[in-house]
Amino acid sequence: MVEAITMAHAWEMQHDPSVVVIGQDVGANGGVFRATVGLQERFGSARVQDTPLAEATIAGMSVGMAAQGLKPVAEIQFMGFMYPALDQIVNHMSRMRHRTRGRLSCPVVIRTPHGGGIHAPEHHSESTETMLCHIPGIRVVCPSSPARAYGLLLASIRDPDPVMFLEPVRLYRAMRQEVVDNGRALPLDACFVLREGTDVTIVTWGAMTLETLRAVAELDKEGVSAEVIDLATLSPIDADTILASVAKTGRLVIVHEAARNVGVGAEIAAIVAEHGLYDLQAPVQRVTGFDTIMPLFRLEQDYIPSVKRIVDAVQLTLID
Amino acid sequence: MQTVAEFKIQYRQILKPDGEAAEPLPEFARDRAEVLRMYRLMTLVRAFDAKAVNLQRTGQLGTFASCLGHEATHVGVGAAMHPGDVLAPVYREYGTQLWRGVTMTEILMYWGGDERGNDFAVPRHDFAWCVPIATQTLHAAGAAMAFKVRNEPRCALAYIGDGGTSEGAFYEALNLAGARALPVVFLVVNNGWAISVPVSAQTAASTLAQKSVAAGIPGVQIDGNDVFAVRQVVGEAVEAARRGAGPCLIEALTYRLSDHTTADDATRYRADAEVKLAWSVEPLLRLRAYVEKAGWWSAAAEQELLRDCARRVDAAVSEYLGTAKQPTDAMFDRLFASIPKHLQEQRLVARKYASKPGGH
Repeated sequence: MVEAITMAHAWEMQHDPSVVVIGQDVGANGGVFRATVGLQERFGSARVQDTPLAEATIAGMSVGMAAQGLKPVAEIQFMGFMYPALDQIVNHMSRMRHRTRGRLSCPVVIRTPHGGGIHAPEHHSESTETMLCHIPGIRVVCPSSPARAYGLLLASIRDPDPVMFLEPVRLYRAMRQEVVDNGRALPLDACFVLREGTDVTIVTWGAMTLETLRAVAELDKEGVSAEVIDLATLSPIDADTILASVAKTGRLVIVHEAARNVGVGAEIAAIVAEHGLYDLQAPVQRVTGFDTIMPLFRLEQDYIPSVKRIVDAVQLTLID
Repeated sequence: MQTVAEFKIQYRQILKPDGEAAEPLPEFARDRAEVLRMYRLMTLVRAFDAKAVNLQRTGQLGTFASCLGHEATHVGVGAAMHPGDVLAPVYREYGTQLWRGVTMTEILMYWGGDERGNDFAVPRHDFAWCVPIATQTLHAAGAAMAFKVRNEPRCALAYIGDGGTSEGAFYEALNLAGARALPVVFLVVNNGWAISVPVSAQTAASTLAQKSVAAGIPGVQIDGNDVFAVRQVVGEAVEAARRGAGPCLIEALTYRLSDHTTADDATRYRADAEVKLAWSVEPLLRLRAYVEKAGWWSAAAEQELLRDCARRVDAAVSEYLGTAKQPTDAMFDRLFASIPKHLQEQRLVARKYASKPGGH
């Protein structure tokens, strides 16, 4: 997936001279995950710049650059380091268009690795998308495959408003997939149905699509037909696709790696409670990370929802 | 026009790279036992570091941040501090921590993905490793404020890297320390590189020590490969802080001889010639030259020391590798002083789905 991300950067830089890439170690080093490898060589050190080691700097300068006509694609090295940038994101990036009545805007993409599962050190495995989803005025996107990473990153860069682009670290090198470098974006604000089914709807995103699809394969053997929806844009949520699916299946399971409390899963459950309650034949189930700190890596597999937990949750919705 | 302020930054080196004195030696440098204690720990740290990198390469440790090349700075700081002072480390200051009583096993457990590595048996009051860059400088300032409020003759010392000086928290800590005359020392380890970004790309300032000027506190630059200079200058700074003379910023010039961490590949962004040059002034060489010239050391003593270091490192590695992982309850039991109801319920779920217990 990481190559698809590099490819999307390169396509857009080639076709839009206002696109610039900034971040820590994005230049000669090509990013710590190599997501920007080769870009500085190809597009020069004015358009691909290492910043000083300061996340507030990265977000704040993005606001300034974007308001004056550039399209910064900024990398925050790990999600756990994003917090110094939040002041700029919450108080400026997300509000610029609104508070100037459209006079200024912030077409910024902030990319950051998301989630755990790769034996990384402390503060390198967080999935705190909920904090971002609660901020009005920004989009939050999380791809689940190389092709979606390519198409959604292009869409995010082209979008006239700020997008937080969360890249699941477990997927960076998890799968090989041919991605056509044709510059075609995928839609934002839209879910992707990864697999159609009739008995239960499972909504998930990012790296949890891996465990979910494995759980669905097991459920298949037991004669359970699950529909799998990749949320893709975590904010704003494409409610129509989810509600249509629940209307068909009558059951909903939500799977996410992030903590349960006030998680994006709670928002999805609330949407279905508000607009699809009478379609439900069983209570909604959530399979999530625990409401505790992401543990250091010896216990991280006990934190990340397992295939078995997903299967059991689906079975719970099927009890008559 | 008139000049209303100016500054100058002084540089201190006591031992030159060849082991000769650059200025009159401090008293501790005449103390054979004390100097050899520093030399032995620097050697142990280097042996430990090499072993830890090797454990990572063979899949027995997670990502590890090597301290190769930083031994003089780290051990010199350890020797200068008092046990009652508080250390706020970054994540590779093993020499300081070992001097203060942290164990190699604890260091390995942290990088081996186990929170118990942060639960130092000694010293209980030091801060744990700090990955979010520069945040620890404010903790040290806060600790210093606690000492000041309680009128205790103690000080705090915060490490920070050259890259970390770009973060806002660093300037906020300096400012607070200056404005309230706090008993805190900021030790900037300038090893030239913040992962792939050289210090020249972090700042237009010719020294990092001069970052102190705007905060109104003293700043000094030292040779961070010279354990005598580190011990002497840090010793003066912590002593001044303890007696209420206020904070200080010390920039120690050294070099990161390793990759940033085992997840990094420094050959992608820095020249071999630069690294080779840095090896010619590395800290162990000069202290060894000094102790040999003093007649305190021999080839046989060196061999015995290396054997002893290997034994101690191996014992720590065995203890680390023999430690079973924590039960899933560990995710819940220390989040709050007492466990709220919803976490008690989630703890049961975690137990039910726990993967099998195991070693590394």
